[in-house]
Amino acid sequence: MSTDAIIWPQLQTESRPITERLHEWVTTVDHKRLGVLYVLYAMFFLIVAGIEATIIRIQLIRPHNDFVSPQVFNRLFTMHGTTMIFFVIMPVLFGFANYLVPLMIGARDMAFPRLNAFSFWMTAFGGLLLYFSYVGASGLYGAGNAPDVGWFAYAPLTSKTFSIGNSTDYWTLSLLVSGVGSIGTAINLIATILCMRCPGMTLGRMPLLAWLNLTMGALVILAVSPLTAAQIMLLIDRHLGGHFFDTQAGGSAVIWMHFFWVFGHPEVYVLVIPAFAFASEIIPVFSRKAIFGYAAMVAATVSIAFVSMSVWAHHMFTVGMSSGANIFFVLSTMAIAVPTGIKIFNWLATIWGGKLRLQTPMLFCIAFLFQFLIAGLTGVTLGAAPFNWQLGNSYYVVAHFHYVIVGGILFTLFGAFYYWFPKVSGRMYNETLGQVHFWLFLIGFHLTFDFMHVPGILGMPRRIYTYEPGRGWDIWNLIVTIGVFFQAAGILVFVFNLVWSFFRGKVAGSDPWDAWTLEWSATSPPPVYNYAVIPTVRSRRPLWDIKHPEDPDWRYE
Amino acid sequence: MYCLIGAEVAIFAIFVVAYVFYIGKSLSGPTPKDVLHAPILFTICLLSSSLTIQLAERELVRGKTNAFVSWWLLTIALGGAFLFGTALEWRHLIFDERLTISTNLFGTTYYSLVGLHASHVTLGLVALTIVALFGLLGHVRKEHAERVAVLSLYWHFVDAVWVVVFTVVYVVGV
Repeated sequence: MSTDAIIWPQLQTESRPITERLHEWVTTVDHKRLGVLYVLYAMFFLIVAGIEATIIRIQLIRPHNDFVSPQVFNRLFTMHGTTMIFFVIMPVLFGFANYLVPLMIGARDMAFPRLNAFSFWMTAFGGLLLYFSYVGASGLYGAGNAPDVGWFAYAPLTSKTFSIGNSTDYWTLSLLVSGVGSIGTAINLIATILCMRCPGMTLGRMPLLAWLNLTMGALVILAVSPLTAAQIMLLIDRHLGGHFFDTQAGGSAVIWMHFFWVFGHPEVYVLVIPAFAFASEIIPVFSRKAIFGYAAMVAATVSIAFVSMSVWAHHMFTVGMSSGANIFFVLSTMAIAVPTGIKIFNWLATIWGGKLRLQTPMLFCIAFLFQFLIAGLTGVTLGAAPFNWQLGNSYYVVAHFHYVIVGGILFTLFGAFYYWFPKVSGRMYNETLGQVHFWLFLIGFHLTFDFMHVPGILGMPRRIYTYEPGRGWDIWNLIVTIGVFFQAAGILVFVFNLVWSFFRGKVAGSDPWDAWTLEWSATSPPPVYNYAVIPTVRSRRPLWDIKHPEDPDWRYE
Repeated sequence: MYCLIGAEVAIFAIFVVAYVFYIGKSLSGPTPKDVLHAPILFTICLLSSSLTIQLAERELVRGKTNAFVSWWLLTIALGGAFLFGTALEWRHLIFDERLTISTNLFGTTYYSLVGLHASHVTLGLVALTIVALFGLLGHVRKEHAERVAVLSLYWHFVDAVWVVVFTVVYVVGV
């Protein structure tokens, strides 16, 4: 394997005019550039949706607050949810997958580079379409307004009668458009992983990140397509006078719920499986041990993907289903805890007896382990139908899924940002600032989402714009909102750290972590063609074999 | 292409589920029993086009480009005949039976499911026509067989979906 970059004749890359460089970024089909574009795009929307969350929490800081009107509040939680799921977490995960998968499997690019660019721009325009609704979706009186039907947009709220104007259409179309992008990316990832692996990289030697992204791609195809179909039906209902979800004409509002959650629950695993992938790459490197139970990890991931296709209706216990359906979905929901538990034990066993390096990426991953465990446990409680009847649609549910998405996914994402930042930028981030970010965010997260469970148990429903004093909710809401400011401060430190380090950070070199997967053998940042000579691998840790020729991994695998 | 077909299968699955779920739930007429007549002839056209595209592909692998173009054009003709059949059927339903997409649940689900399929046929025909034009200009040669095979895979998928749609709409649904 050669790690040398080809030296091109000096092209004077720095002195070209900015328009030319911008043009290069806009027309690029390079998987690394598209990956960076995805991530930057998602970062922008993270800030936007974060501001929306902050406004929501300021409104709820005390009873009878009138920081925003009820109408604006409805728009805020709809936009916050939709943006975070579709235009923050999915693009950022696709960005990482785009950037890392070809590097990790020793390929020069994705299987379909132009499809890749197409997918990115579809996603990007989907997000713009959603936010254009603020100015474009004129209602009856010409006033622009954003979608306000909640991120799962239950019928009949979305019917013409209750959603006047075009705001719901913007919601539908933006998800339709970005859904096409997501399916394109998923196809691309699967084709890349199955067909473009370098010599010697059998499926059993692939880095776990590639395995988990393969699973994620399959799930995207199976999950996002039903959403696309349901959105087409909604459009037919709204614009061609169809009756799919029109209960007045014999249609069913419940079938929208089924269609939405057939997408919605696998979607959770679309989001969390890549987060598992980051943890599975970071934890071994910072424990100085190979991952424990590689085969079990792969098997657990694939079984999570399978089971996740049959748990959707646990979002619908409170809607009222037959007892047979209730029992089925309770059991399947409980069953999914088993492979997830296997993964947690494998990560713990990887850490066990390792030489821990407690740097920022590892800190985030350790916090992830604890928080994801708690999130899983509250998930199991909600998966029990009787408990769900008590707490469904309360703040307990909100606390639970934010524990998954923030405590689980966002924490590993931050870890991944710090871990791969040196590879992408060629510079080290500032470790002190990284740890400040970690502690601020950890404190803020626990203030917000630990205490959010309590008003839920005390009966506070979700999606209310204000509440009466004296129900025992006041103090908890105050604490929850205070936590938000810690989180916001953490994000500011994070963004500052990345920007500052990009210009002023120490030069990182190609392998700052002494890691083992292929991407660390390319230069930082990698050249356009990734590898001058396509590498050949003989084990799961090709760089270990090179660094330790006296004791290579392939002797044991 | 297999992945794309997987995604398409999921989309069709949702529409088929919706169709089956709403069978007999319309609050007003017309009902499928009154107005639907199974388009057997045009179904035979569409299904036999799978055979002709297969034959076209085989000729291309052998390097007989003229035979390839002939079979390919026949495929397009058969697909076009099927679309023509759908058009006739819709014309009958809309003007004689007064059934539109907004009439009742049957109309909504029928036009969406059959329309979704017809739009796939149309898309397939556009792609087939582009290849045919290249073929007539002599640009499709033996070495392109693999790419042509990908397109014909899509065409087989469209045909296979029609088997499901036909069963659901004209056999189960009436």
